[in-house]
Amino acid sequence: MGWLRFLLLVLAARPLALFLTGADVVGRERLPLKGPAIIAANHASHVDTLLLLAIFPSRAVARVRPVAAADYFLRDPVIGWFSRHVIGIVPVARLKAGSGEDVLAPARAALAAGDIVVVFPEGTRGDGDDLGQLKGGVARLAQAFPEAPVTPVWIQGAGRVLPKGETIPAPLNCAVLVGEPLDWTGDRAAFMARLRAALLALKDQAPPLRWS
Amino acid sequence: MDIVATVRAFLAAQPPALLLGLAGVVALLSVAGAIVTLLTALKPDKDYRELRQRIASWWVMVALLAGALLLGWQATVLAFALISFMALREFLSLAPIRKEDRPAILAAYLALVAAYGFIAADKYMFYLVFIPVWTFLGLPFLMAMLGQTRGFLTTAATFHWGLVTCVYNLGFAAFLMRTPASDRLPAGAAGLVFFLLLVTEFNDVAQYVFGKLLGRRKIAPTVSPNKTWEGFLGGWLATGLLIGFAGPVFTPLAGQGLLVVAVALPLAGFAGDVTMSAVKRDIGVKDTSHAIPGHGGVLDRADSLTFTAPLYFHLMALFALDRF
Repeated sequence: MGWLRFLLLVLAARPLALFLTGADVVGRERLPLKGPAIIAANHASHVDTLLLLAIFPSRAVARVRPVAAADYFLRDPVIGWFSRHVIGIVPVARLKAGSGEDVLAPARAALAAGDIVVVFPEGTRGDGDDLGQLKGGVARLAQAFPEAPVTPVWIQGAGRVLPKGETIPAPLNCAVLVGEPLDWTGDRAAFMARLRAALLALKDQAPPLRWS
Repeated sequence: MDIVATVRAFLAAQPPALLLGLAGVVALLSVAGAIVTLLTALKPDKDYRELRQRIASWWVMVALLAGALLLGWQATVLAFALISFMALREFLSLAPIRKEDRPAILAAYLALVAAYGFIAADKYMFYLVFIPVWTFLGLPFLMAMLGQTRGFLTTAATFHWGLVTCVYNLGFAAFLMRTPASDRLPAGAAGLVFFLLLVTEFNDVAQYVFGKLLGRRKIAPTVSPNKTWEGFLGGWLATGLLIGFAGPVFTPLAGQGLLVVAVALPLAGFAGDVTMSAVKRDIGVKDTSHAIPGHGGVLDRADSLTFTAPLYFHLMALFALDRF
């Protein structure tokens, strides 16, 4: 099944991302090419996932696995099959968070297998203008895998291409700004503050979004 | 089938002047590449990476456009449709647009498809009025039905400006490919388009080079601080001479018509460059994207072409072509 995902990502996802967004990447050389590694990006649209799968070089793309909500992406068998086998999601049961169940276990397993795990620390899609509250799961992953660099990525404009609730995408340029990877330094709160600052610093360099 | 024979037959079917022109461009780029290599060797402490990147991008652009021109009108119209699409996408992404305008954005892309459809179908009269009249009226009507009146006139003007520059004006370059053989073209229809692209880009580069070498007096300091009178005049003269000498090789222009094109086209290129700079300054960006390494976005590269293409087309129609 791996080859099907690879072909679909390279021959379908990549042209689609280019058509819809122009995939204007700044700092492509900072993307990790092998795992275990963590990508932490802002989230405003399903286009975010498409873009992050499209900008990796072919030799790394098979390793890229977006963390996604099990309640949403595995809600029916067809979408679930597509999510698991084509998008390659790492399902996280976010509704069970705090119930005592280890919801991050699949993400840790992916990192242990040497994958490049994409997380959206906001936990859900925002309005595309501001960075929402960040959830601490990414710090727990970084703590469990201190050797995995955490690369902050700001995606500008995906929320305009396909906002939450819309079904028809409108092609508009998106900038993808890749920051310097952060290392785990031993403190979760401090780590999250650094991640937030890094994401906001990338946002400041992004081209202006003038829609109101 | 023998590949060498196929390629030879393909090239033999092309107008010799067009092949000569393309060879000239390849020679020019090779010389530019050699100069940069030499500079890098002579001054190792200076950073010529951007210049090298810029020339590498020129190779890619020349290869793609030359391929399209040699393949014929279908490939060239498709190539220009893609250029228009990328330019319009850059424009709509940077321009101030309201959240309610999503359907209008989709309608603008549909207008692009329709406009290039008229080129493909060779419907000249439909093309002439479709964007300046019918899209001009239809898109604001759609916006009105969407119900948001805040900033209405500004947004309607923004859409129209983007569609006319990125689609309608660039489309004229593609429409030249539909010139029939009955128009006695010395290098075919592709020769007409090749010459437009050659002189427009040559003018851009000549203005830049003269400005770098001699530039002292700023010509539009608040809009484009790097542009100088020396660059503008040097580019005008060099491009005018190029048009005067090479024009008859690629186009049916002669005498008065040739003179008018030689004088007017470099001016239009300069005007396009400065006007698009004003738009970018208003929006607050230096480059419209990073689509072309070393150059910026498609709109950065095609800014002068949005002015020269319609002018060239209409002067050609006025002086030399029976079809239009």
